[in-house]
Amino acid sequence: MRYTKAIVVSLLTVLLIWGLNRPWGGIPAFGPLLSPFVGFWQNAESAKVTDEEITIKGTQAPVTVLIDDKGVPHVFAQNDHDLFFAQGYLTARDRLWQMEFQTHAAAGRVSELVGDRALELDRYNRHMGMGYGAEQTLRGMQADPASKVALDAYTAGVNAWIDQLSPAKYPIEYKLLGYAPEAWTPLKCALLLKQMTSTLASGADDLLMTNILRKYGSVITADLFPDYPTREDPIIPPGTTWNFKTVSPLPPPPNDTTINDMIAWFDAGFRRPNPEIGSNNWAVGPSKSATGHPILANDPHLTLSLPSIWYQMQLVSPTVNVYGATLPGAPNVIIGFNKNVAWGVTNVGADVLDFYTVKFKDATHREYWHDKKWKPTRARIEVIKVKGKPDVVDTVFYTHHGPVVYMPGAKAFRKNIPIGYAARWIAHEPSNDIACFYGLNRAKNYDDYRQALAKYVAPAQNFIFASNQNDIAISPNGRFPLKWMDQGKFLLDGTDPVDDWHGFIPADQNPLVKNPPRGFVSSANQFSTDRTYPYYLNWQFAPAERGRRINQRLTAMQHATIDSLRMLQNDNFNLRAADALPVMLPSLDASRLSADQKKALAALKAWKMNNDVAETGATVFTEWTQRLLEAIWADEFDMGDSLPMRSPTFDRTLTMMQRDPEARWFDNVKTPARERMTDVLTQSFQAACDTLTKKHGSFGSSWAWGPHKSTSIRHLLPGVDAFSALNVQIGGGGGIVNATSERAGPSWRMVVALGEQPKAYGVFPGGQSGNPGSPHYQDLLETWRTGQLNELLYLQTAQDKSPRVKQKIILR
Amino acid sequence: MRQDGCLTTMIQIILIAILSLLAQLVLPWWSLAVVAFLVCLWRSPSAGQAFFAGFYGVALIWLAYAVMLHVRTDGIFTGRMGELLFKTSSPILPGLVTAIVGGLVGGLAGLSGYFVRQAAQNQIMTRS
Repeated sequence: MRYTKAIVVSLLTVLLIWGLNRPWGGIPAFGPLLSPFVGFWQNAESAKVTDEEITIKGTQAPVTVLIDDKGVPHVFAQNDHDLFFAQGYLTARDRLWQMEFQTHAAAGRVSELVGDRALELDRYNRHMGMGYGAEQTLRGMQADPASKVALDAYTAGVNAWIDQLSPAKYPIEYKLLGYAPEAWTPLKCALLLKQMTSTLASGADDLLMTNILRKYGSVITADLFPDYPTREDPIIPPGTTWNFKTVSPLPPPPNDTTINDMIAWFDAGFRRPNPEIGSNNWAVGPSKSATGHPILANDPHLTLSLPSIWYQMQLVSPTVNVYGATLPGAPNVIIGFNKNVAWGVTNVGADVLDFYTVKFKDATHREYWHDKKWKPTRARIEVIKVKGKPDVVDTVFYTHHGPVVYMPGAKAFRKNIPIGYAARWIAHEPSNDIACFYGLNRAKNYDDYRQALAKYVAPAQNFIFASNQNDIAISPNGRFPLKWMDQGKFLLDGTDPVDDWHGFIPADQNPLVKNPPRGFVSSANQFSTDRTYPYYLNWQFAPAERGRRINQRLTAMQHATIDSLRMLQNDNFNLRAADALPVMLPSLDASRLSADQKKALAALKAWKMNNDVAETGATVFTEWTQRLLEAIWADEFDMGDSLPMRSPTFDRTLTMMQRDPEARWFDNVKTPARERMTDVLTQSFQAACDTLTKKHGSFGSSWAWGPHKSTSIRHLLPGVDAFSALNVQIGGGGGIVNATSERAGPSWRMVVALGEQPKAYGVFPGGQSGNPGSPHYQDLLETWRTGQLNELLYLQTAQDKSPRVKQKIILR
Repeated sequence: MRQDGCLTTMIQIILIAILSLLAQLVLPWWSLAVVAFLVCLWRSPSAGQAFFAGFYGVALIWLAYAVMLHVRTDGIFTGRMGELLFKTSSPILPGLVTAIVGGLVGGLAGLSGYFVRQAAQNQIMTRS
């Protein structure tokens, strides 16, 4: 009996410990998680800090780090090696989990952490050649001595942080998911850059457009999907001359029959690029600024997430003194300023991803047909580790175009990719993008800016520039494939060399404008140029409303100050409404509306067309236009997965309402009645009101834009609401200068006034620390939400006295 | 409970608290169970008191340390973790659950120690 008791109770104890020491599905291991010695309690950080001296291997001389009241490190190193070492070390200190998780995702390694529910995501990233592209980029970076020093020192710095980390001090996400950080490598830096390219330069409507062309023919396709919008104000001001001799001869387009011959029906869907990802930047020249020197502003829009996307740093060595936003995982400042210059970026959106038919010789896939010859493929083996399951081994076949993303018969994960096609993607080119940022960090003038930009490949950005020598400039810049007009608007023939990319546009012939007569430069992802630019970049860019609004305001602006540019960043005017309501409202048949719907209409008519938090008009207009687009186009252009297509743009739709109110497209072909424009406008208005009533109750303040939009900034791990900022009350929206939509928005706002000394302000939605247990996890959020900016502390030496410096760390 | 039993339990609680604290500074979290087991193996008046000592010895240390970390960081993280684990932002529940989970492991380990001792003594008695 006594033995039994001893055995049973001991077994029970061991069983309890075992059960508490392991995760159960999504439930973390509670024993180590709750233990105050190693669990989450250890992740709480005190607001009180004390100076530290840390002895670590890897620096060549002592590095002084001053940390300010917002948690921004100001690094003073005695050489560039130590500068990048400290950048890696300090970034890892605040953002280790995030930087590793993002590079794991890019490499297709999420299944290692969460099991086979991420398998298709991993497969997608691997088949798109993310790992291959990162290896190419790494080769490009390592060939350049300065880039190699930066990469190696940054890597050593990250690893110096990881090496001294005890499990008790692992970031909370490791504890929740039950894994440990691994050593950082230079390849991970390359993977991070690929991740940015994937986010910003992987859009392609090739398949959808091909399906439309096949169904409706070339006349309708060209009419509804024109190569230039009605309402546009391109980045390079019209009238700017191109001071270069174009590459000759330009690649000749194939004759039309080739296109139509090779088009086939496809059963794949397509992921549309998120239209709310985009950015604003502008710079006013001395003639427009109150200081007589340029002022520059930038706010890159991304899907907002926590930990914050950007990490602020000041980096000082004998070769540089730069402040700005860095990307955790990449050396250098990406968007920032130094004593003489400031720069920023917005996404270009050129077409740098195309899909090619692949004709294999046989089922071994060893050879494919191109240029009237059988050519060998290369096979790349992808081994995907899966938590709790055996490894998955995939073979991806590469043609000279690129990887065949999905082999015939496979199912596309994102419906993004046509099945059986090879992807030609800029992300697979060898590149040395960090050399561009190394150069910009150290730039003293316009010439340095030009030299730095020539080194940049992808994702192509509108690099805006201002200097205290009173130059302003902007250039849609990156490596752009040399193509014939509309090449890649539709799927391409992979057997015909005419459809290959024909080299690249020379870097010094990328669009550029310096000190234009209008006194400012700007971009908001709209068309790079008007139609006089001799090369083809893309047939579509982001809608022009933000760009047009910014240019209207800047044209009118005189004596601009930091504050006037800050106000412009927070501009909530809905230019789309200003364009469309004068067309939409007169054709609405109000007599058919219910009493409640009439109240909504009255609110819409009284609306000043600003997307402020309390406005109900913004809610009604947004829902109405969405319903309207569906009502006009869905019957003809939404056939679901059987034939994935897309709708014409809002710009094209509005042009049709203005110029062709009797167009056949207004009729819903699925009803026996013949609908006209008035019917569609009225029905979609009623439908919008019904939806809103269902969601918020009858018309009233519950329809206000802020609560309706309910912006959320979510933690990178899906479903972790406790670490997210939900229902953030802020105005703006898609297509608004303040581009804060439900999930996306300004991920960093910066305004820099140049002069004898730069004066700079900035903020991002979150905070410097990636630790939800830190006072700096989201201490900047409220400042961001209310449209304010913090002054960015730009120190000259490590001995500078500032009341904002809260902590001094010395790395020896 | 007799006077000396009470004293023994007090001594046990203090021993388990101090020794498990030291053990957990260097060893994995479950080293607390080894400590509770050994202490109750060494001396324990009754099964109930063994469990009691193991539970309170560990719970005391876990709660005290957790409260200390909570106070030192102005409770910045306790609420968020409460929200994540228990859907309530009150810091009470994370603290309470921490103490109970640690206590249960300690208590069961103590009880195991007591019963193993009983079994061993039984064997010795049978032999003599």
